[in-house]
Amino acid sequence: MKTMTCIICPRGCSLTVEKEGAEYKVTGQMCKRGKEFAVNELTNPTRSVTTTVRTVFTEFPRLPVKTDGEVPLGKIFDVMKELDCILVKDTVKSGDVIVENISNTGINIVATISMSLMMGVS
Amino acid sequence: MKSSSTYDVIVLGAGPAGLAAGYAASKAGASTLIIEREERAGGILKQCIHDGFGIIRFQQKLTGPEYAERYIRLVEEQAVTVLTSTFVIKVNKKEDGFELQLVNEKSGVFSLKAKALVLANGCRERTSKQVFIHGARPAGVYSAGTAQYFVNIMGYLPCKRCVILGSGDIGLIMARRLTLEGTEVVGVYEAKSTPSGLARNISQCLEDYNIPLHLSHTVTRIIGTDRVEAVEISKVDEAMRPIAGTQQLVECDGLILSVGLIPENEIAEDLGIKLDASTKGPLVDQNFMTSMEGVFSCGNALHVNDLVDYVSESGELAGEFAAAYGRRHSERRLVDIGYSNKDFLYVVPQYIDAASDNKNVVLYFRSRDVRYDAKVAIKCGNDKLHEKKHSVMRPPEMEKLELDLNKLDINGANKLEILMLEG
Repeated sequence: MKTMTCIICPRGCSLTVEKEGAEYKVTGQMCKRGKEFAVNELTNPTRSVTTTVRTVFTEFPRLPVKTDGEVPLGKIFDVMKELDCILVKDTVKSGDVIVENISNTGINIVATISMSLMMGVS
Repeated sequence: MKSSSTYDVIVLGAGPAGLAAGYAASKAGASTLIIEREERAGGILKQCIHDGFGIIRFQQKLTGPEYAERYIRLVEEQAVTVLTSTFVIKVNKKEDGFELQLVNEKSGVFSLKAKALVLANGCRERTSKQVFIHGARPAGVYSAGTAQYFVNIMGYLPCKRCVILGSGDIGLIMARRLTLEGTEVVGVYEAKSTPSGLARNISQCLEDYNIPLHLSHTVTRIIGTDRVEAVEISKVDEAMRPIAGTQQLVECDGLILSVGLIPENEIAEDLGIKLDASTKGPLVDQNFMTSMEGVFSCGNALHVNDLVDYVSESGELAGEFAAAYGRRHSERRLVDIGYSNKDFLYVVPQYIDAASDNKNVVLYFRSRDVRYDAKVAIKCGNDKLHEKKHSVMRPPEMEKLELDLNKLDINGANKLEILMLEG
């Protein structure tokens, strides 16, 4: 038996997982996403990654970015290392792809703000 | 902008509460202006690059900047002006509304008039000098928000090996953020016996990275003159007093403080608006109107919320009611909402305007401590108006309950009571 906190939403349900043969029995969740989360946690835990990358703009030196899906928990530091080498030279919009297929995960890195909102005359 | 301009609604602050208030006021037909002291709208969301925002409001997991952009676009669609880099010097109450004295680089000192005001000033972090710890405050002592600004906005790493004091959400988020950027986070220390932050943040920010959480421990001394060299950690007793003989030294070059947020109400206090000693925000009715007619409060200036979704929710409601204020003619009849300090940390709103057309009352509250299977009831005299069982209530997680006043008879009442009963 294993207990964990579901991180799918801010409610943070306390989940209890028991393995019954090849099946997992999950209790404590208030919605169906809890079960999926618990099983993934025991088989292949994944996370979204949010961080920043360097830009060439002095008035906006860091662009916030995120993975457009979840990457394996164990690959997060590979993702961070690859992003250390990125330098953004264009005025990008929220959702623009900054890196494709980061660390061979099949997941892209996308911008999370439109730089026009943060630069120039407002 | 002419100096004689009069608006139906002026909103102070363009963070998530202010943007929502401005959007809703304008949508309700009021001529609206938002004033912001920073260069850009968005408030603290600009530096909250992590995700988890917007699940309630947009049914989507967004990062802080994405959430801010949604509201900036909504405000743009309503063609509401956000006057940035502008400070409020003084607000004067006049017979027909409010006169604001403002200053910015473009216009110098100028004044504007408003029929209704929405205070969306947000909250501020408790500073290093407001926290009682022996020793100096050398370089390396940062509030969690300052550390977050350095890392996420400036791209500077503020320390290489750090201790985090306080298990509030920003502290937990920063523990993960600093770890990802290469800082060694020795541990998170919390004086209370239960964590202050959300359970999901304990899990995804600390447990994922094997960062230890030490409950009932605090920092009792900062060592170092020019730069932090170490901190002294002590165990504390149930009253959070350090226990002699339990001190241990932890070498580090950074101490991150995540020790609480305080609603910012300088303007409200200047106006003589009554504040709640528990929330540190104004006393309001269900329409978010403060003790002063025509002044509304919302977001973290009203009380510190745990989710931005609730900040926006209160902002939109405050904006909407501020827009309707000019059309209202009836006098308020305020009914107190009483509660016991033993059961509740606070309840917002603090009173209900029984004369208001708004019969859909939303109460927000926090339990004093962790409670399992307790019932929350609303009583009016001997009548029970509402009862709901909560399987668990934790102080970091705000609870919400809705009351339909059409179904209740509070006309004769002077007081409502919110109670916590054993399950």
